[in-house]
Amino acid sequence: MTEKDYDDIPGTFVFDADRSREGYWLNQFCISLGKEVNRQAFRDDPEAHMAKFKMTEDQKQAVRDRAWNRLLELGGNIYYTSKLGAFDGIVFQDLAAMMSGMSRDDYRKMMVDGGRPIEGNRSKSEWEKK
Amino acid sequence: MARITAGIACSHVPAIGVAMDQHITEQPYWQPVFKGFEFSRKWNEDNKPDVVFLVYNDHCTAFDASVIPTFALGCAAEFTPADEGWGPRPVPVVKGHQKLASHIAQSVILDEFDLTIMNEMEVDHGLTVPLSVMYGDKTPEDDWGVQVIPLAVNVVQYPAPTANRCYNLGRAIRRAIDSYPEDLNVHIYGTGGMSHQLQAGRAGLINADWDKAFMDKLVNAPEEARKITHLEFLRETGSEGIEMVMWLVMRGALDETVTEVHRHYHVPASNTAVGHLILENHA
Repeated sequence: MTEKDYDDIPGTFVFDADRSREGYWLNQFCISLGKEVNRQAFRDDPEAHMAKFKMTEDQKQAVRDRAWNRLLELGGNIYYTSKLGAFDGIVFQDLAAMMSGMSRDDYRKMMVDGGRPIEGNRSKSEWEKK
Repeated sequence: MARITAGIACSHVPAIGVAMDQHITEQPYWQPVFKGFEFSRKWNEDNKPDVVFLVYNDHCTAFDASVIPTFALGCAAEFTPADEGWGPRPVPVVKGHQKLASHIAQSVILDEFDLTIMNEMEVDHGLTVPLSVMYGDKTPEDDWGVQVIPLAVNVVQYPAPTANRCYNLGRAIRRAIDSYPEDLNVHIYGTGGMSHQLQAGRAGLINADWDKAFMDKLVNAPEEARKITHLEFLRETGSEGIEMVMWLVMRGALDETVTEVHRHYHVPASNTAVGHLILENHA
């Protein structure tokens, strides 16, 4: 695979065609939860509902574990995986806190104080220095 | 003749819709967000358009991973607010303008922009939040009081259309609307943004200096704004900041020189920097 210019951005999964291919069934599973009939099916029997989608075992395990960053690593896209979060009753901001490894209150305070600064967060090399 | 009299840029943060739907806009967290829209509602009352051409992005609602059109034009008679996982927003059904939409589709396709035509489409917060911001509180029994032509732009799967392509599409939409024989006052909306990243370790990124410079460029130096690369959007404004390409469609449909009548910028609304502009055309 050729190197991508955006691979240098730290803490970011750019949802491109490679990720879209890998995550296709995971994402289709997640988006199914946008409909109440599917939310009910997933509540009634999580494994049976997951089995309707051709996910890999790793993807299924990441769903079971609610491993939010792992889901992205396996081709999930945040607009899709957030439906799984919504299913669990997690508000978007708390999901963002979990993905960035912060407590809910620390994340909320960071946002109110102006958000995560761009300084030091442009390039992977800046993260490696930390 | 139909004419575009104004362009409006507006973030579409879902939490803004939730705050309105739950009537908590006076809470200290939300008050500064909505304060900046007070002028806009008054201005909108005084400058009521017949039609809003609304450039927005769908969040895997009308289009899941199976179909990803780069540009999809809503040509239906009406568009129903969708259930995005927690029930549909309690807002009116969005009424389209089928004749103008078909005219625009024909005109821009012959102008070499190959749009997808949507004769049925549900719409999500990407479209209804900017309408709520400009038109205020509405219940499902109300009417928005304007006809809306939605243009959905893919910004979910990389690559989104380039800033330059969006700008040029805006120019083609302008030519299409200018050539429509009926006397209609049209506003064009560019929605989404500003800086925000919703995912992974860099979630919560905000770049206020960049956002403000972008607004300046968009208003006064669109020739510069249309050159911004995807890499710059992704790196400087977060993975979801790329939504700002949609503001370029709006800007491309306006005159070279416009009057900025209103600007609002606030951090945060949930995970996002809220940006808003009202630009008037002179022609």
